[in-house]
Amino acid sequence: MFETLSGRLGDVFDRLRKRGSLSEADVTAALREVRVALLEADVALPVVKSFVDKVRNRAVGSEVLRSVTPGQMVVKIVHDQLVEMLGAEASDLDLEVVPPAVIMLVGLQGSGKTTTTAKIGRRLAKRDKKKVMLASLDVQRPAAQEQLAVLGEQAEVNTLPIVKGETPATIAKRAMQAARFGGYDVVLLDTAGRLHIDEALMSELVEVRDISKPAETLLVADSLTGQDAVNIAQQFNDRIGLSGIVLTRVDGDGRGGAALSMRAVTGCPIKLVGVGERLDALEGFHPDRIASRILGMGDVVSLVEKAAESIEQEEAEKLARKMQKGGFDLDDFASQIRQMRKLGGMGGLMGMLPGVGKMKKQLAGANVDDSILVKTEAIISSMTPTERRNAKVIHASRKRRIAAGSGTTVQDVNRVLKQYKDLSVMMKKVNKMGQKGLMRHGLQGLMPR
Amino acid sequence: MTTETKPKGWLGRLRAGLSRSAQSLTGGITGLFTKRRLDDEALEELEELLIAADLGAPTAAKVTAALAKSRYDKEVTPEEIKGFVADEIEKTLAPVAQPLVADPARKPFVVLVVGVNGTGKTTTIGKLARHFRDAGKSVMLAAGDTFRAAAIEQLQVWGERTGAPVIARDTGADAAGLVYDALTQARKEGRDVLLIDTAGRLHNKADLMAELTKVVRVIHKIDDEAPHATLLVLDATTGQNAHRQVEIFREIAGVTGLVVTKLDGTARGGVVVSLAERFGLPIHAVGVGETAEDLRPFEARAFARNLTGLDAEG
Repeated sequence: MFETLSGRLGDVFDRLRKRGSLSEADVTAALREVRVALLEADVALPVVKSFVDKVRNRAVGSEVLRSVTPGQMVVKIVHDQLVEMLGAEASDLDLEVVPPAVIMLVGLQGSGKTTTTAKIGRRLAKRDKKKVMLASLDVQRPAAQEQLAVLGEQAEVNTLPIVKGETPATIAKRAMQAARFGGYDVVLLDTAGRLHIDEALMSELVEVRDISKPAETLLVADSLTGQDAVNIAQQFNDRIGLSGIVLTRVDGDGRGGAALSMRAVTGCPIKLVGVGERLDALEGFHPDRIASRILGMGDVVSLVEKAAESIEQEEAEKLARKMQKGGFDLDDFASQIRQMRKLGGMGGLMGMLPGVGKMKKQLAGANVDDSILVKTEAIISSMTPTERRNAKVIHASRKRRIAAGSGTTVQDVNRVLKQYKDLSVMMKKVNKMGQKGLMRHGLQGLMPR
Repeated sequence: MTTETKPKGWLGRLRAGLSRSAQSLTGGITGLFTKRRLDDEALEELEELLIAADLGAPTAAKVTAALAKSRYDKEVTPEEIKGFVADEIEKTLAPVAQPLVADPARKPFVVLVVGVNGTGKTTTIGKLARHFRDAGKSVMLAAGDTFRAAAIEQLQVWGERTGAPVIARDTGADAAGLVYDALTQARKEGRDVLLIDTAGRLHNKADLMAELTKVVRVIHKIDDEAPHATLLVLDATTGQNAHRQVEIFREIAGVTGLVVTKLDGTARGGVVVSLAERFGLPIHAVGVGETAEDLRPFEARAFARNLTGLDAEG
């Protein structure tokens, strides 16, 4: 999400930053491009207009034009405005009510409500140790209730037994009763997908809402949605009253405009984002970090957090000691690759690094993808322990054996060995330079020649 | 909120759906051009409005430029602008409005249905099954979505509704293997049409797309001309991302035509205009509701005129 927007804005700001001084005309021209970039990223027109107006008002003020780096100032204003538009702080589900707390999920057909219901259920049960029940009120789509039952099983969360022929309101009542008797903390109500203009179905939602008095009413919306996002969000909010938004399919390459639009028109925070098909692929939403990512400023905080979660402390320390001794062998190389894959592969890592947003396109062209990581791991796994400790013994016939064992070619094996060699050289350089040297030369000093 | 009574008949439904789509666009045009000279500012605003209808920037620029060429600096009325924009859009869409015809020489005529998650593939297959059955064809369905929980049951319900047998395996089974069985059986039974469902997948997931190529490969193995049609199901609420979806699904699965769903909402579906311009892929049908009758042929003139708020027949 956001890559395209990030790329477009990056170009605009690059030109701005190069200028020593800025006239009002420069700012206006840049903002016109910002506007088109936002529109192309599927941000809704009214939202774009108000955004650009706000930025212009602040940008043409004296604080920018007289500042030493006017370009930077404009970028900062856009950043601040983006954060404001996305909501300044991350907000989590608020379930501080007398249990059972009800979470009702609403949205269009195919936005991902049922999957999201199971994901939230799993998260509350696993992470927050709540006693959770799922109930499907979807009597429209064939087999929707069965789908939730199966997902509930996968998520190890209880689902309300299915009784055929009940209306959504009856199911909601039964769910509330079962939750009270069963001592549940949270009840998740998955509703049928509906169009926001379908009056009959919207009244049905109102009825369910009045029965269950939800603590959270979440709109589940597809992040690939275009300009219509504002209509959808606004109508659901007007009719049902939303407390938050869950964006799904954020792992697609959508342009993320829907995220900006929906937040802006409803004022409801985006509380969660779905980032994959697995039931644990649900994350909190951090507006400030997303704004930075959009502007290509990188999301180092998320990277560090993710690293802390995925990299085992012990392993990291072991590696550090080895590096200092210069004894970096192929086993260490393999473990590094495994950790990188845990962090979400090359793509995931790159997206979070400052300034890499634009490089990503070129990287994609250069065919640097995760299959290389998988291949590399396979090749190293096909080596004997002796070979892994001492790469020097790997000669032609061993290479042929390794290639056959890993289903690759000798060229592939050579490439891995070369990478390993480059990396060892780089590690030695790091040791020699020490901490200060690294700061001075930066990453440039480390690039293998 | 307006309370509307459900219009009867498909044309009414389509028009009701589409005119809702058109409301904000035409409201914009009307507000923009009431007794006004067509100057740069007006043109720029029109361009924005077209972008806001999901037409995409290049297409919006093209339509605006065409308008500027013939009417620049003249007094224009909203009706004139609407007519002009509708004609321009229709010109682009007319060549791609082609219904899906099952070639009777193929037995079975194999239709593979692909798309990202939640666009309405299974529902579209149910509707297509009804359509072909009503045309007197014998239809078979293959429940190739072995990933999503209860997707198979969903297709089986459609099978019951339309009287078409459903070839299915358990959730988690190999989709390619199932498709192989289904095609073999459809040939044996001499079915006219085989509709194959697939699991929804995001087009940027290399592994899931690779799985789809495997399905296509398996079909090729039995009949090297099949699938005879590969339909990409597009959600009308999708924005400019639709371009990437078409691009990649066409490359990987050889998409031959589009079906646009959920046009009964407020989504404007304007992205199909730029899709038609860029890819020229036939648009076979549009989905305007949840029942089996709600799949209609795509008609360029009606779509274009409705998009701009003009009467469909005019």
